[in-house]
Amino acid sequence: MLRSVVGGAALIALLIFSLGTALVVGLQGRGLGVLNSADWSAIKFTLWQASLSASLSIAMAIPVARALARQSFPGRQALITLLGAPFILPVIVGVLGLLAVFGRAGWISAALDWAGFAKLSVYGAPGVILAHVFFNLPLVTRLLLQAWMAIPAERFRVAESLSAAPWAYFRLIEGPMLRSTVPGAFLLVFLLCLTSFVVALAVGGGPRGTTIELAIYQAFRLDFDLGKAASLALVQFLICGTVSLLAFLVPLPQTNGLGLDRVLQRLDGWRHRLWDGFWISIAAAFLVLPLGAVLFRGLRHLLELPPQILAASVTSLTIAIISTALCLAMALSLSLAFARRGALARSLAEATGILGLASSPLVVGTGLFVLIFPYAQPMAFALPITASVNAMMALPFALRVLMPAVQETYGDYLHLRMSLGMGRWIWAKRILGPRLRRPIGFSAGLAAALSMGDLGVIALFADPDLQTLPLMLYRLMGAYRMDQAAATAVVLVVQSLFLFWMFDRGGRRHAAFG
Amino acid sequence: MKVTSLFAGLFLASAAVAETPVLTVYTYDSFVSDWGPGPAVESAFEAKCGCDLQMIGAGDGAALLSRLRLEGSRTEADIVLGLDTNLTAAAAETDLFSPISLSANYAVPGGWSDTYFAPFDWGYFAFVHNTDLTAPTNFRALAASDLKIVIQDPRSSTPGLGLLLWIKTAYGDEAADIWADLSDNIVTVTAGWSEAYGMFLEGEADLVLSYTTSPAYHLIAEEDSSKTFALFDEGHYMQIEVAGKLATTDQNALADQFLKFMVSDDFQSIIPTTNWMFPAVTPKNGLPDGFPQALSAEQSLILSPEQAAAQRSAALDEWQSALSQ
Amino acid sequence: MLHLDRLAVQQGGFSLRADFKIAAGDRVAVIGPSGGGKSSLLNAIAGFLAPRVGQVLWNGQPMPDHPGERPLSILFQDHNLFPHLTVLDNVAIGLRPDMRLSVSQKAQALAALDQVGLSDKATAYPRDLSGGQQGRAGLARVLLRQRPLLLLDEPFAALGPALKDEMLEITRQIVQQAGVTTLMVTHDPQDAMSFAEYAILVADGHADAPAPIGPLFHEPPVALQAYLGRRAP
Repeated sequence: MLRSVVGGAALIALLIFSLGTALVVGLQGRGLGVLNSADWSAIKFTLWQASLSASLSIAMAIPVARALARQSFPGRQALITLLGAPFILPVIVGVLGLLAVFGRAGWISAALDWAGFAKLSVYGAPGVILAHVFFNLPLVTRLLLQAWMAIPAERFRVAESLSAAPWAYFRLIEGPMLRSTVPGAFLLVFLLCLTSFVVALAVGGGPRGTTIELAIYQAFRLDFDLGKAASLALVQFLICGTVSLLAFLVPLPQTNGLGLDRVLQRLDGWRHRLWDGFWISIAAAFLVLPLGAVLFRGLRHLLELPPQILAASVTSLTIAIISTALCLAMALSLSLAFARRGALARSLAEATGILGLASSPLVVGTGLFVLIFPYAQPMAFALPITASVNAMMALPFALRVLMPAVQETYGDYLHLRMSLGMGRWIWAKRILGPRLRRPIGFSAGLAAALSMGDLGVIALFADPDLQTLPLMLYRLMGAYRMDQAAATAVVLVVQSLFLFWMFDRGGRRHAAFG
Repeated sequence: MKVTSLFAGLFLASAAVAETPVLTVYTYDSFVSDWGPGPAVESAFEAKCGCDLQMIGAGDGAALLSRLRLEGSRTEADIVLGLDTNLTAAAAETDLFSPISLSANYAVPGGWSDTYFAPFDWGYFAFVHNTDLTAPTNFRALAASDLKIVIQDPRSSTPGLGLLLWIKTAYGDEAADIWADLSDNIVTVTAGWSEAYGMFLEGEADLVLSYTTSPAYHLIAEEDSSKTFALFDEGHYMQIEVAGKLATTDQNALADQFLKFMVSDDFQSIIPTTNWMFPAVTPKNGLPDGFPQALSAEQSLILSPEQAAAQRSAALDEWQSALSQ
Repeated sequence: MLHLDRLAVQQGGFSLRADFKIAAGDRVAVIGPSGGGKSSLLNAIAGFLAPRVGQVLWNGQPMPDHPGERPLSILFQDHNLFPHLTVLDNVAIGLRPDMRLSVSQKAQALAALDQVGLSDKATAYPRDLSGGQQGRAGLARVLLRQRPLLLLDEPFAALGPALKDEMLEITRQIVQQAGVTTLMVTHDPQDAMSFAEYAILVADGHADAPAPIGPLFHEPPVALQAYLGRRAP
């Protein structure tokens, strides 16, 4: 009973936050008539770059995942772990790293210049897509690698014992796997790129690289045109909603805990090894170089950190911890309330999770601003609003991890509990608690790291004397103090990873059951 | 007290003393930077006012106005310093500003009279480049070249808006074509002046939109004569930077005192070598050696505040659609 | 004739040695405790596991390296069929992995399906088949391939007793008729007795030479006794 009430409350809070703010925005909007040609360009650009980013990420992830699936080499496990890093890496840090490698003043441009070629021009569409591939290629690679690992080993052997040629081999084994995995992965990346804000803000290069999310921010902060911001937010909501509906029909790939440490099959032909080696090196370099560039520069200038770093850290950490608590509370109450009900209730809960994924932080932010503005100074609520929106953004990922664990525990042990006459408290403490410890730790780590790196709503609401670490980093980049920015990036990354590690480890320790 | 400052106070044991009156000034980022006029202005004013002058950088000049609109009548600001005449008509329309009465011996070209705002400095927009570059002499030549430039967003930055109106004034109906031709020269559009100038100094562009007075900074402060500006034969658009008093201020007398201080020699003598602009009132000791001459009247372009306000929206649409192609 | 010539394979920390011959047409059960190396033995013969020393010979010739070129077919407990292919295609890939069948090849595949009693399931998908029918489809592919050696890795272990007996009987008939040499890994002494003429005991990293199955179970050596416990048939 209590569970249903709490779960229902969480659901309602979520609906108010996502659909409610969208409704406010819709009422405030002045229709599509107020959008000028530049706004329509932004809408077109958003859809175009999201399609291209998703396609490129997948096209590159396929050979990388295949190489990782079938080659074993020293450092393979480390590389696979590293592939998980960009997901929790603050976007602004990634952008700083990409600029260090691919920017006009970066390594590649320096090499090109030395060789007498033109320097790279990264601002605009190339930069936006580059950054999106940087963040999503590793994600898709991990998803595909998992799908590869999930193919029964017997299938590979049957195919091999039949002497299947490469193309037949592909049709027998990899084709069907990709057919069932790629659409979901595409939609996931597409959705993530649709709501991209920081990347466009930092490397969009002006009107030619403006996403809808950035246009909302500009209508809001630069033009103070709430009606236009709302109209853009409505467009954003409609697009994301449509894609989410599709995503609901095509199941998004599950990120379960399948072991990625084994190597599936060994194809020892040197051509394969060369081909696989090529892709693994490309992926590793693409991942390691930008991060290495920032961390290296940051460490050298660590002593030049501005004194405000302390206040910014405290603000960021406080927001992260509040947001993590909120996110966990929502995810747990939703999982517990819906895990045991019928399939309908479960898909409802799943749909709400996707709603969180589809809601754009700036749409939610715009809605909240419009709600608060007549009564109070919205800027004064920057911290609670940022914490809540961050919690909501992390919720879909927390649900993905927690919901199956709760379902499994109830599925495996509910009958045992009943037959033993085990009371609610003992059940929670002895069975449910220990079984959920790991997924809780992992989702808490995820929520905390995502919140630490967020630079969305806070940019909308921040006043000049309020700093979070990503905001401070962005402002330092704005003042072109790159050394201090890199040093701040080091502090930010260390704190994000530390939070993730601490929560995740807290979940692993004493976890009585696998 | 704001929730945010309360929050910061919890952790930082803020040393603010309740009895000292606080005057809050919103200004642009580079004004309050370590090398800008901010520190010197603050100590000079605090020496005579018995108050705490808090200058808050809120982005570039044009972002200041948006910020005030966002905060509305609940703003903490008593003074806004750093709008320019391209924005004053729109600012006056918000009803957020209070009329001021201030007189000074302004050296601003064309003289000065305005109900709400007083000027503190002025200058000419120009593209700054290294002396080893053969610079174009007008926008058409610039657009035809493959030189790379960094400019600022007219919605957040007063130089960005100045460039918009510069091209509009010089080219009228052809402005959209100029922008279309310029778009492949633009490395990126930054939110503010500091960001753009920093990128130029790091070698990310050949020219940057700044002021005719910017090279003087390198010459005087760094003894580096490698920077100059490109003289355009269309003429150069002018900027007059102003400050105004908020109608909602709870420090009315202090705000008036600050405005008076602003046009006094104490403040004005700080401007040339910190903000690198022409002071609104010529200081007793004149301009420092190495400071450039003012341009002739024929070389100076400027729209009245009303004209600027009337042109802004259409010019902005032209700019946006030309650059989003 | 299959000859494992002083063969030793290694997989992780585990190694298996074998040195024996099996005559053409013999049916041999491979028995022994879990983790003893039964599957490693089959994998070595099939070519999935390269030998560390020694070699696998067929009729006196070393077997080719690639599993697909070896004169054998293999059936696993699960996953013999591809879920996205029809039953006919699943059988036909035994002849043409790329599924480009000539008219006569298609007729051959249909004939093989007919032989295992699945002619009406040609266009069905594996999910529409019962466990026994899936086993038959796998056998149809073995038939079609006409390789002289068959490896069975606990092929029907998931089926009920009656169905399993039936499948073993069908398999026995098919391999006997075609004179196929067969090795079958099994956990069940009864299955071994009913299917095979010989048995190989694999335990502690060593595969014994095949011995006639009746006497072996009648007077089991120590290792086999330990494995069978009181379940000796």
